[in-house]
Amino acid sequence: MLKYLKKYRVQCVCAPLFKMFEALLDLFVPLVVASIIDRGIAAGSAGHVWRMSGLLVALGLAGLAAAVTAQYFAAKAATGFAADARHALFEKLTSLAFSDVDRLGTSAMITRMTSDVNQAQTGVNMALRLLLRSPFVVLGAMIMAFTIDVRCALIFALVIAALSAVVAVIMAANIPMMQGVQRQLEAVLGATRESLAGARVIRAFRREDAEYQAFRAKNRELAARQLRAGRVSALLNPVTYVLINLAVILLVRRGAIRVDSGALTTGQVVALYNYMSQILVELLKFAALIITINKGWASWKRVEDVLALTPSMTALDEMGGAPSEGAPAVAFEHVTLTYPGAGSPALEDIDFAASRGQTVGIIGGTGSGKSSLARLIPRFYDATSGAVRVNGVDVRDWPKDALRAKIGVVPQKASLFKGTIRDNLRWGDPDAADADLIEAAAIAQASDVLAAKGGLDSEIAQNGGNLSGGQRQRLTIARALARRPEILILDDSASALDMATDARLRGAIAGLSYRPTVFIISQRAASIMRADLILVLDDGRVVGKGTHAELLKTCPIYKEIYDSQFGGEAPLPDAAATGNHPVRAIDSSANRLCGDPEKDNGEVSA
Amino acid sequence: MRTSTGQIGTIKKVLRHIGRYKWLVLASLILSAATVLLTLAVPILVGRAIDGIIGAGQVRFDVVWPLLWRIGVCVALTALGTWVMNVVNNRVTFDVVRDLREEALSRIHRLPLSYIDAHPHGETVSRVIADADQFADGLLMGFTQLFSGALTIVFTLAFMLTQNALITLVVVCVTPLSLFVARFIATRTYAMFRAQSETRGEQTAFINEMIGNLKVVQAYGREAAETARFDGINERLRECSLRATFFSSLTNPCTRFVNAVVYALVALAGALAALAPGSAMTVGMLTAFLSYANQYTKPFNEISGVVTELQNAVACAARLFELIEAPVETPDAPDAAPLADVRGAVAFDHVYFSYVKDRRLIEDFNLSVEPGCRVAIVGPTGCGKTTLINLLMRFYDADAGAISVEGRDVRDIPRRSLREAYGMVLQETWLKNATIRENIAMGRPDAPEEEIIAAAKASHAHGFIRRLPNGYDTVVGEDGGQLSQGQKQLLCIARVMLCLPPILILDEATSSIDTRTELKIQSAFAKLMAGRTSFIVAHRLSTIREADVILVMREGRIVEQGDHDSLLQKGGFYAELYNSQWCSE
Repeated sequence: MLKYLKKYRVQCVCAPLFKMFEALLDLFVPLVVASIIDRGIAAGSAGHVWRMSGLLVALGLAGLAAAVTAQYFAAKAATGFAADARHALFEKLTSLAFSDVDRLGTSAMITRMTSDVNQAQTGVNMALRLLLRSPFVVLGAMIMAFTIDVRCALIFALVIAALSAVVAVIMAANIPMMQGVQRQLEAVLGATRESLAGARVIRAFRREDAEYQAFRAKNRELAARQLRAGRVSALLNPVTYVLINLAVILLVRRGAIRVDSGALTTGQVVALYNYMSQILVELLKFAALIITINKGWASWKRVEDVLALTPSMTALDEMGGAPSEGAPAVAFEHVTLTYPGAGSPALEDIDFAASRGQTVGIIGGTGSGKSSLARLIPRFYDATSGAVRVNGVDVRDWPKDALRAKIGVVPQKASLFKGTIRDNLRWGDPDAADADLIEAAAIAQASDVLAAKGGLDSEIAQNGGNLSGGQRQRLTIARALARRPEILILDDSASALDMATDARLRGAIAGLSYRPTVFIISQRAASIMRADLILVLDDGRVVGKGTHAELLKTCPIYKEIYDSQFGGEAPLPDAAATGNHPVRAIDSSANRLCGDPEKDNGEVSA
Repeated sequence: MRTSTGQIGTIKKVLRHIGRYKWLVLASLILSAATVLLTLAVPILVGRAIDGIIGAGQVRFDVVWPLLWRIGVCVALTALGTWVMNVVNNRVTFDVVRDLREEALSRIHRLPLSYIDAHPHGETVSRVIADADQFADGLLMGFTQLFSGALTIVFTLAFMLTQNALITLVVVCVTPLSLFVARFIATRTYAMFRAQSETRGEQTAFINEMIGNLKVVQAYGREAAETARFDGINERLRECSLRATFFSSLTNPCTRFVNAVVYALVALAGALAALAPGSAMTVGMLTAFLSYANQYTKPFNEISGVVTELQNAVACAARLFELIEAPVETPDAPDAAPLADVRGAVAFDHVYFSYVKDRRLIEDFNLSVEPGCRVAIVGPTGCGKTTLINLLMRFYDADAGAISVEGRDVRDIPRRSLREAYGMVLQETWLKNATIRENIAMGRPDAPEEEIIAAAKASHAHGFIRRLPNGYDTVVGEDGGQLSQGQKQLLCIARVMLCLPPILILDEATSSIDTRTELKIQSAFAKLMAGRTSFIVAHRLSTIREADVILVMREGRIVEQGDHDSLLQKGGFYAELYNSQWCSE
């Protein structure tokens, strides 16, 4: 926490100082009043009364100036601190490895950045304003008490020690409870997000009531936890009150005895009592402050948890090896990947190489590891064993930005961001000219999206909400192409496109002048069958490697996939372009679909 | 900027919500009055005890000792009362906020989809979470301090009046100044708090978008660029926040200054009165007055502090109420009878629809679907296919014309009953953060285990589910967590398999599933579709070919309608689409 306050050390020192100055001025007031009584009234001087009253107003003015300054410094430090903390959090979150992001969860990250930072901000603000003031007044009053009567003042010392102990115990009990409250708040936030994101499905399945009930249960638990935590923190105030007044009773008792024996005067007892009252007032404020600071601290702990995370993957700042001209663009050397917490590997012993400008098709069943394979190239995850090399250099020896700048990734989930289409496409290349963006859009078959929406300047809503799935997908492809990548990865990113658009897209990519190495991951044999190298994945292993023609002969799984889409007597890819065969192919596939579904099912699983 | 009438309206609404807990509030008020009286009594008792300590050898122990006992009892009662009161206040506050959150959520489920589509989710979440939280803080402070502060003022005033009417008058005349100052600052800070809250909402929306898509941000090396954009909003928030925090924190020092003036005036008036010949004013009385003046002005400080907190709370509550009061979907007609015996006849009759008034989308759309019919909707991406689904499910209402099921206008059918007739698999898979089992049983939460497993088997999800760490009890995590897109889609299909509704809507249902699995699913679908009306949005022509009617859509309109063979023969847009499938490579 100090790290983030350090930047505001001037404010952090000045705010309490000015506060203490104001408190000091307060301590003068009784002296001035005493002067009014002793030298004004007793001496019958109206002039002195006027002067002293003026002094009181002046003290008030000086106090006002000091307090305003203190408030400004405190507000400046607290809001600056919160802004810096949010910045640090955002930066930290963007630097985390994908596996860390998976583990943290979106809701947790959002609450840390919003609600938790807000609580910490309030805590810092109050602490700067009041944390030092109260102990200062308490200490001052105690010192005054000692100057009056040591034996009575010992009661003060005793009571302050007892209070510290009580406050410490209550705080220790309260902080974990507060953390529990924040955790539950996270659950409530998660449920709220879900109700919004899943609105269509929830309504389609008429689950509004059930979802509401589930939210209600979480929300009630939150209120219950808040109540439990509140019950404990509500003890602070009364306990303080009891202890202080116990001290007052003891003080009056002892004072009475000591006055009776002539060791003290009545006036001194009154003075002691006044100091005790002053302490009480300050401590009550202090107790309220402690609750706020407690809350802030609990929240800050949770913020710190995130800030303290070390990304489970670190990247070098400079190249750890020299890229070689002759090396394959991408090479996998006996790569195995096991996700953290997963029982079995997602990829096992993957070994292949793709030369520059080649197109690699990756095909396989759902969950066969196609996407996992693609994620290793830009080093979204690290291989558990083996190595992934780009231009002959292990991806772990590449600076992260240099590696990723070479690669255009189009993920399965087409996500765009609030802003203009231009803003979104420039993600690929911040310096791209409009002409480049329009060209990238044309290759991505997204020209009509631009036309329909009104050009590069048209606004995209949050998460691309005002675009259809297919429009989003084509814009994400254009985004990847805008950077003219050396390596282009299309992770099943044509799934929302119709066959015709998909085919035109592949044709356009094949004709790119800068000849990127292209990885196409698809469920459709048609999308990959013209690739230079096809990898067939099954359950995380490569079960077929080669060209379309080779695989049809050597890889039963590939043949099965192909047949399921084209029917038994399939044309070779070269023949496919003639336009006659495909109709036949579709017909035969359709015939199969029209046939007995039971039989169909049996065939496939056989 | 909001007018103060807006504030008053919000306060009235808050009071209405607190009304439910009127007995607890009453208890809190009684306890508050009791503790204030007891607290004020303690100094008096102490004063009397001190009066008993006259001087050396003159202390009247017989008076002092019993007084000390009475003080003890008072203190114990005050402490107990304060604690109970705090607990009661907590209860009221947290329960009111809980109620508000529940209302907000129940409202979310009844909002038209157009609201949910048009408002960034992060912003709505910020209303339900952050604003509600801030509101709770303000309300709690208001509760604990406002009433007791007011009571302290009243009681002290009464004590003072019994002493000297003239000086009391001075105090009474000057102190409103402090309220005036507090009010002056408060009305100005309200706008600042609202600006802070709005900027905060904007930032939450940004965070929601970026953090939700963190992986894309990283893939494009946009960490620094997006952090810079984030900093832009963050900087504005810092400024708004600084302004709101600083100006609101001025209240306290300003009112304290007014109090210092009051104190000085009392000292001046009292001292001058004491100086005046023949005055009844004594030094002792002056001392008493000064301490009372302090006693009396302190709550003013507290109250003004509370006022700024309340300002913030009201600003937050206003945003929460905006959500709670957002217009809901047109309610089902009171006489709407549920659908009975749905066979699957669906008709569109001169339907017009668009999302934005001046951008026409669906115009004069007519379609009559017989029970058991398979309708395939094809066309280039973005041609309005998803819109048809929005209309079928009544996520949106048609602007003109009518959609009917079994010959009944859908607007005359309760939504639940209408949607029950449909089974929907959307392109965008959405799963609850719950177990696999709960996700499959979404449409029929009481379905027995065997049926859930049967549905999973039918959609070929059983295999991968079994391999998950906890099988059917695996919690899928937020946004589907670690499941692949295809696995999520299988689960969405299993969800429909379990319900067996009479009408099916399949939107890109199998786009992320490999064709081998898809074949298996299709065979299951074939069983499912037998005798059921189905609307299929898919790009695989092999799937579509089986349809009884193919709707070819382009730019929101149905440009062709017919079966596969007749459409091919016609040589129109469909034929073009179909043939381009291979030729354009």
